[in-house]
Amino acid sequence: MKKIILKINGELRSVYVEPEEILLDVLREKLGVKSPKCGCDRGDCGACAVLLNGRSVRSCLVLAIETDGQEIVTVEGISKDGLNKVQNTMLDKNAFQCGFCAPGMIISTTELIEKNPHPNLEEIKEALSGNLCRCTGYLPILESVQEATKEEHHE
Amino acid sequence: MNDLKYVGKPSVRIDGKEKISGATRYTDDLEFGPNLHFAAIVESTEAHAKILSIDTTEAENFPGVVSVFTGKDFPFKFGLYMKDRYIFAMDTVHYVGQQIAAIVARDIKTAQKAAKLVKVEYKPLPAIFDQMEALKEDAIIIHPDLGEYPHVPWFFPQANTNIAHWRKTRRGSITKGFEDADYILEDTYTVPRYAHCPLETHVAVGLCDLSGRLTIWASSQSPHTQRNLFAESLAPLGFTHKDVRVIAPPIGGGFGGKAGVSMEILAAAIATKVRGNPVKIIWSREQEFYNTSQRLGVIAKLKIGVKNDGTFTAIDHKLYWDTGASAEYGANVVNAIGLSAIGPYRFHNISIDSVCLYTNLPPCGAYRGFGYSEFMFGLESHINRIADHLKIDAVEIRKINAIKENDTLAYGVPMNPNGLIECIDKVTKEIEWGKEVKSENPNIKIGKGFSLIWKAPAMPPNASSAAFLKFSEDGSINILVSGMDMGQGYLTVMAQIAAEILAVPITKIRTENPDTDRNPYEWQTVASHVTWSCGNAVRKAAIDAREQIFDVVSRTLYLPKDMLFLEDEKVKCKTKPSFELPLKDFVINGIQAEDSTFKGGPIMGHGIFMPEYTSADSDPETSQGGHPNVHYTVGAAAITLEVDKDSGEMHIRKAVEAIDVGKAINPSLVKGQITGGLLQGLATVLYEDMRFDDKGKMLNPNFTDYKIPTAKDVPDEIVPIIVEVPQPDGPFGARGVGEHTMIPAAPMIANAVNDALGIRIKSMPITKEKVALENLKKKEKINV
Repeated sequence: MKKIILKINGELRSVYVEPEEILLDVLREKLGVKSPKCGCDRGDCGACAVLLNGRSVRSCLVLAIETDGQEIVTVEGISKDGLNKVQNTMLDKNAFQCGFCAPGMIISTTELIEKNPHPNLEEIKEALSGNLCRCTGYLPILESVQEATKEEHHE
Repeated sequence: MNDLKYVGKPSVRIDGKEKISGATRYTDDLEFGPNLHFAAIVESTEAHAKILSIDTTEAENFPGVVSVFTGKDFPFKFGLYMKDRYIFAMDTVHYVGQQIAAIVARDIKTAQKAAKLVKVEYKPLPAIFDQMEALKEDAIIIHPDLGEYPHVPWFFPQANTNIAHWRKTRRGSITKGFEDADYILEDTYTVPRYAHCPLETHVAVGLCDLSGRLTIWASSQSPHTQRNLFAESLAPLGFTHKDVRVIAPPIGGGFGGKAGVSMEILAAAIATKVRGNPVKIIWSREQEFYNTSQRLGVIAKLKIGVKNDGTFTAIDHKLYWDTGASAEYGANVVNAIGLSAIGPYRFHNISIDSVCLYTNLPPCGAYRGFGYSEFMFGLESHINRIADHLKIDAVEIRKINAIKENDTLAYGVPMNPNGLIECIDKVTKEIEWGKEVKSENPNIKIGKGFSLIWKAPAMPPNASSAAFLKFSEDGSINILVSGMDMGQGYLTVMAQIAAEILAVPITKIRTENPDTDRNPYEWQTVASHVTWSCGNAVRKAAIDAREQIFDVVSRTLYLPKDMLFLEDEKVKCKTKPSFELPLKDFVINGIQAEDSTFKGGPIMGHGIFMPEYTSADSDPETSQGGHPNVHYTVGAAAITLEVDKDSGEMHIRKAVEAIDVGKAINPSLVKGQITGGLLQGLATVLYEDMRFDDKGKMLNPNFTDYKIPTAKDVPDEIVPIIVEVPQPDGPFGARGVGEHTMIPAAPMIANAVNDALGIRIKSMPITKEKVALENLKKKEKINV
């Protein structure tokens, strides 16, 4: 067991981990951060995505011990002060159904907008193509991101 | 009903915010404290074998192992419609992946390590992986005790065969019908198995406390049915229904795979033996593929007779289903199709044989569409071929034969009101049917495909729904129901129905997924029936509450009861416009009368709904005489498909789907169902391809090798169209829609590929490889 210190959603937390423990399990079982989900346990589905130093990673493929001293953001952190613009658009459009993929989708969207505030549809599809959703047919999610990120023209 | 304020509006889901903020707690997100135990499962490596011995000694001695269980600990059968499964394999295994033993430990890794130490000695038996092999007279018998299995009265298992059920429907005379035909087309269509792939795998936690109270938290579509099956199955251990409780948190997708009971029985059974400690079982993605349930495969032999003018004269539809090692749920899929395999068409001469066959592949059961996607692939392909032969337009031949209200169904009951023709016309217009589209790229051919949609809920004749509705001090409402919101938006729709009747905005209504101890009965959330069935129960509960409101206002304030109405969270009176009484002033604490006493009390409505006109009793040789289905939902769909004639690569430019939902209680959610369901359907035909080796082991139980669509695989455009011809017994006229959305996908791809390239593919999936190869074959034929 080794003690690691993480900044999770703005708060410094310390936790003891075994060398082989994956970040997803540590977040969920030891730190009570439940929004990242396990959908496949092998990096296929994206339900476990979190932001590690601002970059989206599949937390089921990351060893917790390697994240010592780093910063992690999950949907709990993004939503702490209320929903953001993309989330609100997703809400208004009933973009999700079962919602199990939502945390991962929102993480991928957050990373995309950080790099590219006004993505086109192809860029949105590319950014979300690592997050599987079985319910929605993706279109309402893509439309929400498109609408929330479109360039506003001020006269 | 003309001025609806909440029903028919595209309201935001009432659980939307919690899902988008990450607040939703699914089963695996719940905390069970430091005493939580985990179970790992020892699975069969053989498809069919006698178990000679199970040596658990090493596993039992492994440090950290708490208990080890095998079949002998729970020699009990279970099953929804037929009890043909044991909790763990007893003396025989029937498929690769079947559970043989469980190891319980305080952490999952210990349990998994110990599970690998269990030694199972098998004597392999010949195995069957093809339903046509299972049908042969000299086939080995997979369930020698079939004749003794308890089952519902509308199943007809044939002892000493592999036939778990055979539904026969006969009407008119097909001999005469085929004699009258100018053209007869006969062919075979093949549809393989598919996996549901909900993003959340199956998970269940069981806790039997020291007083003997058994609680199961499960990702489930069927909390009350599960409670019933747990109580029935565990009755030999002394459990009764009052001892068993199922709590169903929000679920991460179901699609039929979480209907009935599968792995949850393990959590229930094991919990009874490690009393005082919660035990969690969570399926890996691999297990989710091979040990929950799969969609049945089918081989359909179809023969249709037709007049030169396009009128159908007879249908003979023989469907041979692969239900795998268990038919406890799958046989009801087979039954449903045996009653409905005429599609949405008027046929006077009908013969349907729908045969459910055991094989040594994983058990099959409910999957969105419940068999209709499977037979409609053949039927809707066949109809295009007939139209081509007769040189009649593919849409026109469908309109000539489209079933209308009061036409007689295959089992002799009149068809319900429906907007089938309106759906056909709207889709035809939107897809610009008949207008040729060409690509600038000479390698790309563009085809259009059309298909109708048709499905009835498959339910026992006495399946019912119930609702409680209660007020709080501020006039807000809790609705207690036991359907499951698995994403379709059921809870929101229930709130909208109550909101409409009680004039309370849906933002003041809370409805959550159930706890069987607190919430009233619901059969299951399957069959696309909860909007209709539970919607009726909620409507009745709201009306009951409204009656109580009017009653106490009327007798306390001396206002004529029949002049009272609700508006903006207030009671108002038609004959006294100055009167208004906010609901919050009295729905808990009553109304103060002139003598300073209080009248009334907490307002609590209740409502139940059971379709009292259905019956499963009919002649087993003809299926005539009963009334098995409550109604059919119909629709139409079309696509414009680009196909690369060399690579077979396909791309959908546009998809249109119109469904007659009776009344869209929430059009935004209905459109969500159409978009999502259609893509799920398209995936079964374009991408998903389940493979087994010659020993019955699934080869691709993961998302790398079993491809479900990503955001890059969506059609350029999906146009959902809502048609509303009211269902007479539906809440505000609503009928079901959830499953229907994926039904037209496969045949319309097949028809569009045919339109584009002139090749007819009669087996699913229609992958790009298959298209490219078929096209190559066609070219070679032409060159020869």
